[in-house]
Amino acid sequence: MSLYELLRGPLLWVAFGVFFGGMALRVVLFFQLSMQKDKPIYRFFSWKWLWLSIFHWVIPLNETAKKNPVVTLVGFVFHICLIVTPLFLVAHGVLWYESWEISWWSLPESVTDYMTLIAIGSGLFFGIRRMVSPHVRIVTTAADYLLLVVTLAPFVTGYLAYHQYFDYQTIILLHMFFGELMLVVIPFTKLSHFLMFFFSRAVTGMEFGRRNAPSW
Amino acid sequence: MGDKAANFNPDVFKKTAEEKSNARLKMWLEICAHCGLCADTCHFYLANERDPKMMPAYKAKKVLETINKKNKFDEDRLDDFYETIYGECTMCRRCTMFCPFGIDVASIISMARSLSASQGKVPKELLKAVEGHLESGNQMSITEEEWVDTLEWMEEELQEELPGATIPIDKKGADFLYVVNAREPKFYPMDISQAAMVFYLAGADWTMSRKGWDVTNLAMFMGDIAGATKIAKMVRDAAEELEVKRVVVTECGHALRSLQFESPIWLGRDHQFEVVHSVSLFAEYLREGRIKLDKSVFANERCTYQDPCNVSRNGGCAQDGREIVKYLCEDFVEMEPHGEYNYCCGGGGGFIPMAGAFKERRLKSGKVKAEQIKATGATICITPCHNCYDQLRDLSKEYELGIKVLSFKEMFEEALIIPEELKAKEDDEDEE
Repeated sequence: MSLYELLRGPLLWVAFGVFFGGMALRVVLFFQLSMQKDKPIYRFFSWKWLWLSIFHWVIPLNETAKKNPVVTLVGFVFHICLIVTPLFLVAHGVLWYESWEISWWSLPESVTDYMTLIAIGSGLFFGIRRMVSPHVRIVTTAADYLLLVVTLAPFVTGYLAYHQYFDYQTIILLHMFFGELMLVVIPFTKLSHFLMFFFSRAVTGMEFGRRNAPSW
Repeated sequence: MGDKAANFNPDVFKKTAEEKSNARLKMWLEICAHCGLCADTCHFYLANERDPKMMPAYKAKKVLETINKKNKFDEDRLDDFYETIYGECTMCRRCTMFCPFGIDVASIISMARSLSASQGKVPKELLKAVEGHLESGNQMSITEEEWVDTLEWMEEELQEELPGATIPIDKKGADFLYVVNAREPKFYPMDISQAAMVFYLAGADWTMSRKGWDVTNLAMFMGDIAGATKIAKMVRDAAEELEVKRVVVTECGHALRSLQFESPIWLGRDHQFEVVHSVSLFAEYLREGRIKLDKSVFANERCTYQDPCNVSRNGGCAQDGREIVKYLCEDFVEMEPHGEYNYCCGGGGGFIPMAGAFKERRLKSGKVKAEQIKATGATICITPCHNCYDQLRDLSKEYELGIKVLSFKEMFEEALIIPEELKAKEDDEDEE
């Protein structure tokens, strides 16, 4: 089995397995522990405050956004590119189709190409901000930098592969490897916020809500 | 300044940390993205020349590092931990409002304080007040006899002006039980007669209680949840024994937070009565026309309103305070920001009773509030909270604000319109 086949086959399965299994476990563990130790969540449960809390932050309708327009803008752009680009990339669509004969709408290649650059650029913005702002630097750990590298690596290698810079064969293997690495680390690191964000917003929204106060 | 750890025991510390780590705390400590957006939401950070060590996420990180089993835990680490959790956070929850994930740093600090308490390492003034409260039923260790005497004395004072007014004690089935802060009988007894005056004029059916009348709960701030539960139970038992429909909390912030929002969790069930803060009741009386105020009394003053964190942000009464102001002040200027977004005055989280270096920190962290007030040009700062009240008076001296700090009750005493027929007839004897 070639390295390509390995990354395209078994390791991809492993990556998906760890990612989905790990996140499912995170959710199960959250419910299990919270039912014992976080009873107020269930006692004061409120769909209204849950949705209001999520809504005001999924779109930038909060005081933080008003106070920090630049970080908010770059943050939103970064996250949108991070999620949308890999899911709606033409080349990825081909792979989905080859594997399972499923297909969905995809973005023009020129658009995803720019989105890749924007993801990299905005990621670098956050990396530099981490280094230069004293209040961000002080809470930064080595893991924060490593995770930024792990997050950006699939985009950098993807960009290089698409434009066939350097040795395509090597770059595409690296691209697949980094993509799978990112999926694997998500459940075990702060990157799990992609899902836990909703849990956290929900519980805080309800806690403020039962006091009739906004959390945004 | 660290008070010695009375029973330092790393095993107990780690065990308590494990017990207290609920799903929310674990999630929060894990997902914090270290984005730094909480920094300038904190009055400690802003008042201490933007010292990054004062930002909420840094404090949360310190808690995480301290409870991490891999790290060495000794008395030096506990000392450092103690300084941060008691000396650099008032648990005002302002940062939570600005955190994209809604991470509740106050909950993290609250848990951290209970870990410190498990080592017997707590500010000694808080400990003294809590021990006194558990023993005597109030944090000032006032005896039942002194308490009843105070109420009777205040009733007499009040009757000189309003002969029909009373301060009922233990009246079963009254509409509401009025509970106070033990600072009132101790230092500000007029607060009680002022409240009684409002209730009398509004025609309220109310009572006070011989027991469970001190609604403050410093154990909550000390990190002693078992003690906080016992203290809250005193008030709950008094109210349920008297079978009142509501419990009205005096102009005090943390008392409301403790009784209305935290104690039903500690005590495991809802109260059999509604909890209402004074500002909400006063607003209700004004709205319904049950009491009337003469706005001209403060016409020459410019007023501003200090939102106590535990009344506005954590108590949901921001609008009620503003409603009262409309009936009271001609010239009212808001601080910026205000309402739920207001900065903590620096006196919260148990800081007022804490002495020594804690006091210096309190005055320093109050710089943000002092500047907010200065910018309004106000001559009167109204606040319905004893901790804010004491802190603002100290800030006025420290930062030369030249303001009068007043509670709503104090202003009402001057501005209430008293119907002639209710007034004492001074002239009766002199008529002939």
